[in-house]
Amino acid sequence: MSSRSLTKTLQETSFYGAVVFFVVLAAFPFYWMLITSFKTNADLYSVSHIPFWFNDPPTLEHFKYLFEKTLFLRWMLNSLVIGLCVTVITLFTALPAGYSLARWTGRSGESLGIGIFLTYLVPPTILFLPLSRIIADLGLQNSMWSLVLVYPTFTIPFCTWLLMGFFKSMPPEIEEAAIVDGCSLFMSFIKMTIPLSVPAILTVIIFTFTLTLQEFVYALTFVSSSAQKPITLGVATDLIRGDIFYWGEIMAGALIASIPVAIAYNLFLDRFISGITGGAVK
Amino acid sequence: MAVIAETYSKPASRFRFIFDRRDVLGAIFVTPAILYVLLLVGLPFLMAAYYSVSAYTIYNPSWRFVGLQNFTDIIQDPSFIQTLWNTFLFTFGSQILGLILGKFGAMLLLRPFPGRKIVRALVILPWAVPVALATVAWEWMFDSLYSVINWTLIALGLITRAQAPNWLGTPDLAMLSVIVVNAWRFFPFAIVIFLAGMTSVPQDVIDAATVDGAGFWRRNYQIIVPMILPILAVGLIFGIVFTFTDMSVVYLLTQGGPVGATSVLGFAGFQTGIVSGDVSHGAAISLFMLPVLLVVVFAMLRFIRRREI
Repeated sequence: MSSRSLTKTLQETSFYGAVVFFVVLAAFPFYWMLITSFKTNADLYSVSHIPFWFNDPPTLEHFKYLFEKTLFLRWMLNSLVIGLCVTVITLFTALPAGYSLARWTGRSGESLGIGIFLTYLVPPTILFLPLSRIIADLGLQNSMWSLVLVYPTFTIPFCTWLLMGFFKSMPPEIEEAAIVDGCSLFMSFIKMTIPLSVPAILTVIIFTFTLTLQEFVYALTFVSSSAQKPITLGVATDLIRGDIFYWGEIMAGALIASIPVAIAYNLFLDRFISGITGGAVK
Repeated sequence: MAVIAETYSKPASRFRFIFDRRDVLGAIFVTPAILYVLLLVGLPFLMAAYYSVSAYTIYNPSWRFVGLQNFTDIIQDPSFIQTLWNTFLFTFGSQILGLILGKFGAMLLLRPFPGRKIVRALVILPWAVPVALATVAWEWMFDSLYSVINWTLIALGLITRAQAPNWLGTPDLAMLSVIVVNAWRFFPFAIVIFLAGMTSVPQDVIDAATVDGAGFWRRNYQIIVPMILPILAVGLIFGIVFTFTDMSVVYLLTQGGPVGATSVLGFAGFQTGIVSGDVSHGAAISLFMLPVLLVVVFAMLRFIRRREI
């Protein structure tokens, strides 16, 4: 082998070696979730067994326990209801706001948009104290409806910003044509703009849903009774009895809750990035 | 002619005022979003600021003004100084580690190779999956008895079972663990940001630099990095703000322990304000985040604007 092709082989090997390193680094905890959730307890809690694969045959006992003996299904339902309600609230507020800020309010709209977006950066760890008082005053303490009220505080700024960018890139000629044909401004928004923004609306729905599923701090602060918890909070905090962690059940629950979010993220990643970086790249 | 025109305009006349004027309709369209944000972000923010200068607790909800008393109280508490230091260490440690991993990951993913899409999908996972669930998986990997990390170290002969570290139970190791988990969670985001920037650098600029004799490192750090700084700045704003104010990783992995070694501002605010019910001191602790957040956001915004001119 000539020294030139040897360097080439070495380069290729180190390149794929680095790729493998990154894949293992990123995905190992999820492999760990997967294998833990299918292992028998005897296999899990043993220091002599090789932990990376099955020493006993795989089992479904953790999944059975999760669905039959815990509130897991209830948490799934709670998360679904919260996600749906927050999505509806977000669409009804962010869609007109994003459109108006992009089209009708000129330069002041631009700064107003940046102002709304900056509120996305105000952290839950500052707001949770006053918000828990507001929630108690509204009689929503310890209820999942408190999360329906609070989650739009970050989904509205995020989605308004996302939609603002989208509407700015949409040519205004189509709506103008509708107005020339006798539509009012409002009707041109309903009849022309909304049908043309289906991809953007879909992105908003997906992101609102995943943002609500990923949230942890507000849920931890406002909801303490098991039956009201969303799925992430329930899996992370409710499958522990005293000092005993039900690792098989926790990992099974984490796996089920992670899969839809992971898929949604991978499908909509590019839009997410162009959404948050906005005009920073020309 | 005049008659026809008049009958034609009649049906819409009642709402024409609202539906046809850009300024009026524009204001109506933004109002719900602005109201929501004002009532549930703006108002609570002002309340938090007032809590921090009041004597408010959940047992005695009084609005009595006590000036800067709460702030003097917490500054004199040595465990708070540790929390403050921990927060900086946690934030910058995990950001730097995440950025380094992100830059190298992006350089790998920039090159086309078979299976790149699948690799990208797998590498994105730590950032996509809800933080609480991923952190719980790490907690299990750091388990004091059944840690897979320790098992591997023992199997490789690097340590004996007696030497196996208790990752979350030793102060320095616990800090290292929360930093690593947070960097792990952040690096896919850094990869994506770097990729978005690097693909926007025109190839002819890179080619020109190569022809002029710029090597690999010079191309990277004198051409590509300066060109992608604006997008990098946006990514960093998000990274720093969300790490500096985060409490979920610490809450789930260590509960701030052992003995406050991993307590960060968000977690301390939660413990004092929510768990112990001392709302005013909790608010004062949380508000310590504000100066840092303001500096970061303003510095970055200015920086972006200056680059764009």
